[in-house]
Amino acid sequence: VTAGLMAANLLLLLTGRHPLTVDVRLLDRGFLGAGSLSGTLITATPLLFTGLAAATAFRMQVWNIGAEGQLYMGAVAASGAGLAFGSWPTALVIPAMVAAGLLGGAVWGALPGLLRAYLNANEIITSLMLNYVAGLFITYLIFDSRSFWRDLASHSARVFPQGRNLAAGADWPALAAGPLEVPLGFGLGLVAATLLWFLNSRTRFGFETRLIGDSRPAARYAGVSIARTMVVVMCISGAIAGLGGASEVGDFRHLLDPRGLQQSGFGYAGIVVAALARYNPFAIGLVAILLGGLTNAGYSLQGPDLPAGLVGTMQGLILFFTLGGELLLRYRVRFRSAAALAEGG
Amino acid sequence: MSVNESLPVVIAAAAVFYGTPLLYASLGEVLAERSGVLNLGVEGMMLMGAVCGFGAVQVVAGPGWLALGAAVLCAAAAGAAVALIHGVLAIGLRANQIVSGLALAIFAGGSGLSSYIGNAFRLGGHPAHHEFSRIDVLGLAKMPVLGPILFHQNALVYLSWLVVAAATVYVSRSRLGLNLRAVGESPETADAAGISVAAYRYVHTLVGGALAGLGGAFYSLAITPAWIDGMTSGAGWIAIALVVFAFWRPELAVVGAYLFGALSSLTFVLQTGNVHVAPEVFAALPFVITIVVLAAVSSGWARRRLGAPAALGVPYVREAR
Repeated sequence: VTAGLMAANLLLLLTGRHPLTVDVRLLDRGFLGAGSLSGTLITATPLLFTGLAAATAFRMQVWNIGAEGQLYMGAVAASGAGLAFGSWPTALVIPAMVAAGLLGGAVWGALPGLLRAYLNANEIITSLMLNYVAGLFITYLIFDSRSFWRDLASHSARVFPQGRNLAAGADWPALAAGPLEVPLGFGLGLVAATLLWFLNSRTRFGFETRLIGDSRPAARYAGVSIARTMVVVMCISGAIAGLGGASEVGDFRHLLDPRGLQQSGFGYAGIVVAALARYNPFAIGLVAILLGGLTNAGYSLQGPDLPAGLVGTMQGLILFFTLGGELLLRYRVRFRSAAALAEGG
Repeated sequence: MSVNESLPVVIAAAAVFYGTPLLYASLGEVLAERSGVLNLGVEGMMLMGAVCGFGAVQVVAGPGWLALGAAVLCAAAAGAAVALIHGVLAIGLRANQIVSGLALAIFAGGSGLSSYIGNAFRLGGHPAHHEFSRIDVLGLAKMPVLGPILFHQNALVYLSWLVVAAATVYVSRSRLGLNLRAVGESPETADAAGISVAAYRYVHTLVGGALAGLGGAFYSLAITPAWIDGMTSGAGWIAIALVVFAFWRPELAVVGAYLFGALSSLTFVLQTGNVHVAPEVFAALPFVITIVVLAAVSSGWARRRLGAPAALGVPYVREAR
């Protein structure tokens, strides 16, 4: 990670910006400045979900790249539920939105899972294609149709299409911890992380997924149904990403926002989070905050005087160095002088 | 209305045009995968090619052919340069090829380095100073049916045909191609026969990156002669799927690429023909069809007969025999 950040600094230097001042501002916007930690948590919340979603599938060597689309579909389902049941008391709307988000993501995740399990279609490609389909679907809902999700009442919305606002009762309350505002979604994400940890390390199902991840032949001989487990894992993975979409709607946006969701790229960043945390659910919480801070600061900086595109570059660099570093951790490289070798040492 | 303005001919000509970037990218990926290296970063490599090729055209002063030639070289070099990162990680450091490829796609992709370069040098918002325009080959462009399809395309299209022919002969008819297939199918055997596994993998990963870069430049210098963030919009991923449809054979990549070229051209062609369907439906079509075709070819007889290289995605460690 450190090396990744240093490489990002080098890039800044090459394009003629002073890296140190940028670093200071990154830190300030991301973690230290007033209210910035709360802002960081806003970015960290969806990353927590997509990170967990990616880790759940990757552990089993099932490459679900579709967290992005599953998050969109979760957002569609949750905002649909929020709009439909907006008149209910808050204590009922929120569970309905959570359930809808889980379901929306699970269905979208089940598709590549089924295709892989029963037709052997590469899940990397199918889940990724579904991201684009989901993205176009939400754009269609808001921009090119007169759907339930679109705001057709207000004046400005007829000129600039946008989603219908949810009733105030469907806003998720933030949990206050001193001066810090923790979004309800972040709390739910931590609950999900704990459940996943339990599932992974304390249940038969978790053992089976790990077995499949380590060696498919061994799992087959042990009588594990690989196809069924794969579909279930993809459903869980999709459901978590969908919950992330529900939290985006309930916690932050309060409407279906196709542009905003597609610009954020939370699903892809979740892959970075999962890889950095080595698929450990609790580590994902920490990494999500770290990367959330960087992303948040990156976005707030890249508007006025820094070019956009910094965020993805930084994420990619961090990932490269993590991958490279893993080899060095696995095999301890020993540097020995030629003289020592000549002595037969 | 002449034959050359009829819908089938227009679509066929557009299929060749829009299919060409897919053809370059999937040819590159065929070569890389044949050597046993799965590179999922095609989208990123294409965007790097697109932005660097466009940048070269804006900067190089001089006649059009010089600027465009420089752009082609820049695009190929940029694609190869980012492919080198994947090469070092996946071949040299034996990292997981899937994660490394994804990292490359994020690093160079729509909100990554390609966008950073585009914004840092303020490339967006200006039309290209030069672009690849259609050439009337031997004055045959007016020929009925075949004219607009075959003899009225740009130089990059004709170059892609040369590349297909070269790659086909290379892979299936040459000594080096035989070595390449050996490296992809059974690196242990290849190594024992004195072939350098790492060298073959590096070279083909780099060539794959260069071809993806060329494909990307086709977007910024021919389709929309301008630079837009993330302008390849998923073409790189479709190219990866096309490798599967082509059963890892360069000559078959042509069929798939032009088929998908036709699909992506439908949006533009039918919109001018007054067909009222939401644009998102057409835009989603290539992705949906990719999924359907992939599901169809992956199961059953096709997979048994013509599979992937056996060592695809597996790092080669000499001691681990």
